[in-house]
Amino acid sequence: MNALRALVAAAAVGVALVLQVTFFPHLAWDGIVPNVCLLVVVGAALVRGPEFAAVLGFAAGLALDLAPPADHLAGRWALALVVVGYVAGRVRRDAQPTAGTVVATVAASSFVGSSVFALSGLVLGDPIGIPELLEVVLVGALWDVLLTPLVLPPVMALFRHFEPDRSLA
Amino acid sequence: MSRRERRWRGPLHDQQRPSRGLLVALVLACLTVMSLDSLGSSPVDPARRAVGEIFGPAEVASAAALRPFTAVPRWFRSKDSMQQDLLDLQAENSDLRSQVATQDYDRNRLEEYDGLTAAAQSLGYSLVPARVVGLGPSQSFSRTVTIDAGSDAGTHPDLTVVNNDGLVGRVLRVTRTTATVLLIVDADSVVGGRVGRSMEVGFLHGRGVLGNDGRLDLELVDDTAVPSKHDTVVTWGSEAGGPYVAGVPVGKVTTVYSSLRETAQRAVIDPFVDFGALDLVGVVVPTGTTSDRAVIEADGGLR
Repeated sequence: MNALRALVAAAAVGVALVLQVTFFPHLAWDGIVPNVCLLVVVGAALVRGPEFAAVLGFAAGLALDLAPPADHLAGRWALALVVVGYVAGRVRRDAQPTAGTVVATVAASSFVGSSVFALSGLVLGDPIGIPELLEVVLVGALWDVLLTPLVLPPVMALFRHFEPDRSLA
Repeated sequence: MSRRERRWRGPLHDQQRPSRGLLVALVLACLTVMSLDSLGSSPVDPARRAVGEIFGPAEVASAAALRPFTAVPRWFRSKDSMQQDLLDLQAENSDLRSQVATQDYDRNRLEEYDGLTAAAQSLGYSLVPARVVGLGPSQSFSRTVTIDAGSDAGTHPDLTVVNNDGLVGRVLRVTRTTATVLLIVDADSVVGGRVGRSMEVGFLHGRGVLGNDGRLDLELVDDTAVPSKHDTVVTWGSEAGGPYVAGVPVGKVTTVYSSLRETAQRAVIDPFVDFGALDLVGVVVPTGTTSDRAVIEADGGLR
């Protein structure tokens, strides 16, 4: 069951990554696409809490860092998504999160994730302009919020279905 | 009531104590990966390759499955026959435009070759056709794409990638079925360029911006040479044709400026290639490369 859960989480991240790289560029605004991997991590955080989400964020981030079109220093998206998973997991409530909570969490997570990635680039001396950075972070957050109603409900249902303590309830 | 209390207590109890240790361990793991990858010969490269072998075919398959749907907007814009005519005319137009664009360069080259009696039988290069299957997000701040021609198709790192408008980029790394291409508009990309009219050489730096603002900065080596507006810039080409082969049109000069503090003239280049709408590209390989698909020879024939 544990292996199955890990497999389901990995499959969700894999599908998200492939869609993000192959499908969403056709809809992209100035090359900025919705960060579907980040949405999966936020979904996991809202259902399963910060620890699971941080581990999943690390795995999803490494996949983003290593899968084909990527050419930045590996580990940067991993760092960003670990932070996102942990922070988003802290807003978890026992009751079903309301739509407002979910949207606010996604917006904040997207902002934090893109910012951590961009700031790690600034620290490492990437030639990134501040206006471009702001544009990418804000448009990215807008994209993620727009995609939330389509992505988050199935992702959260998936993680809830494979939740470990579900059998105890 | 007691059930409700238990429900409240259990998860809240976990939630108040998320493991700090785990977070610290994961962050340290990220920093370790980053420092490993920043080493000269990165130990992360085999991992990159392995992940690429898994995600590459998935991206190719997904792009192929999505192609009918991503083509829908184009299909709506014009009727079937018009669509074909339009494509033919566009191909002819960009062919003619590139002829015009390289005219100055060609004339100069012709003069150089004039004294030579022996003419080469072929250019020594062929094109492996490929399609763009994946684009890196702007959020990653690097301009790279995945194409569906890997080492099986005869590609390897440091090959030139072109399309029918001009220079696209160079191959960074390959897997069996895919290759990662660094676009010339990437902020890390430097291309040796030559102004077609004056044969002056310089370096083209990307700005990391796609779309209509996607421009290149040309820095000429000779600070007395001033490129003029609408001059065409082609690749300069390096020893043994790698990473960029010579004479591929790159773009047109749009503005020129010089500063007193800097020794070189700078010009802004508008690339011929529309990087927002890349689809069919060709990888320049040496003639005689074995490939898993039909290779386009220099005379336009297929092999």
